[in-house]
Amino acid sequence: MMEYLLLILGPLLSGAVVTLKVFFITLVLALPLGLMLAMVRLSRYRAASGIANGYIWLMRGTPLMLQMLFIYFALPFVPVIGIRLPDFPAAIVAFVLNYAAYFAEIFRGGIQSIDRGQYEAAKVLGLTYGQTMRRIVLPQVVKRILPPISNETITLVKDTSLIYVLAMNDLLRTARGIVQRDFTTSPFLVAAVFYLVMTLVLTVVFQRMEKRYAVYDD
Amino acid sequence: MPFTMTDQLMITARDIRKRFGTLEVLKGISLEVKKGDVIAIIGPSGSGKSTFLRCLNHLETIDGGNIEIEGETLVSTEASGACRYAPDATVQRICRKMGMVFQQFNLFPHLTVMQNLIEAPVVVKGMNRDAIIPKAEALLRKVGLLEKRDSYPSRLSGGQKQRVAIARALAMEPDILLFDEPTSALDPELTGEVLRTIRQLAEERMTMLVVTHEMAFAREVSTQTVFMDDGEIVEARPPAELFAHPEQQRTRAFLEHML
Ligand SMILES: Nc1ncnc2c1ncn2[C@@H]1O[C@H](COP(=O)(O)OP(=O)(O)OP(=O)(O)O)[C@@H](O)[C@H]1O
Ligand SMILES: [Mg+2]
Repeated sequence: MMEYLLLILGPLLSGAVVTLKVFFITLVLALPLGLMLAMVRLSRYRAASGIANGYIWLMRGTPLMLQMLFIYFALPFVPVIGIRLPDFPAAIVAFVLNYAAYFAEIFRGGIQSIDRGQYEAAKVLGLTYGQTMRRIVLPQVVKRILPPISNETITLVKDTSLIYVLAMNDLLRTARGIVQRDFTTSPFLVAAVFYLVMTLVLTVVFQRMEKRYAVYDD
Repeated sequence: MPFTMTDQLMITARDIRKRFGTLEVLKGISLEVKKGDVIAIIGPSGSGKSTFLRCLNHLETIDGGNIEIEGETLVSTEASGACRYAPDATVQRICRKMGMVFQQFNLFPHLTVMQNLIEAPVVVKGMNRDAIIPKAEALLRKVGLLEKRDSYPSRLSGGQKQRVAIARALAMEPDILLFDEPTSALDPELTGEVLRTIRQLAEERMTMLVVTHEMAFAREVSTQTVFMDDGEIVEARPPAELFAHPEQQRTRAFLEHML
């Protein structure tokens, strides 16, 4: 049994690497993109704000799997912007575009929850809008949105398994391949343990961050 | 103190008009503030006191009239009725001469007391942290809160918060301080410490406009008391005269109601 587990661990680990890559790249790109979307959404430029709103609706209103399939299979045939992406970039693009929309809504809620008095105090002290956002508003927003961001991030860990539709060998698809080949369910258990460990790590990281921000109360 | 200095005009507001939608909130307010003046603004709720203050430092934009700060034009209105503000950079520079203290304190909750004080000097004026800290400490000592320098605002009482807010405004070295009901959010037993701080500034000849419901304070500390009602200045006179012999019926009615 132990020997068998060691044997399948190799391929499962390379699957896990794919999963981790999708996870981290998505997180690193979708967070800043989500923030930018939220800022556009909240800007006084009606047209820009409307477009951001429509984008968020589109991305949250259709399944991530459909978006991934569209970018991989249909985008090449779209006139003008049509490009053919290899499977991994296609998956990343879909994940980033989709998660940015969810993060944008979290950022928007956070930014809107900051009292108008904070902006006014910053303004009468001479801070520009950019300085006010960077130094006064966003640091307070981060504290408030940590719980929902943590939630979304943990969901992302598990959503990465959707890339199987592009026939990419992430952790879960690799596990399934072995299950079908060897007629044993133990690869599923290994995969489950991996997801649980990753979620545990994230939970601890976010709890640490929340603790750090707990030095002050709003 | 040379007389030329004390006569220096700090604020000239002429015929300020302000509407919110169809509601006319300021119906032509004119006021001159000289260096060292302490102007108390009193009046019933909704009379436009806060709005007037907020127009002076560009938290609200006006619909008519002129505002000059220390001889520089912030906004002027042409004969055609078009209201013209100075270029953005000029507006910012002019408004930096005025500090403001809010009813709700508006301290930055994620920064310690010391960080609240040095934030704007460092970010806006580009001052060196080491250069500003001794000055910030002196300000905290002055408002009696040096021992709270590393506390977060949520750990302070209301009165302490407001004194930090005053020190924060002073850290930018403004020529004029605007107070919008600085004690209205405080428990009665905490108003004294804040009023003492403002009184101390008055003794140092700080130019101040103070919107307040504290009649005793207006009476004792202000050089001019302005009574506003329904978007107009009804009466503006030295407090000894205004409180003892109000000329207008509206002033009399308000004072009777308040005292
Ligand atoms: N941003 C705004 N939008 C619409 N109406 C406003 C706004 N700010 C103030 N008003 C209205 O303008 C009028 C004057 O308000 P203002 O706050 O200047 O009065 P105030 O004299 O400061 O009263 P208080 O003593 O209650 O603080 C009120 O009728 C108020 O409802
Ligand atoms: Mg008011």
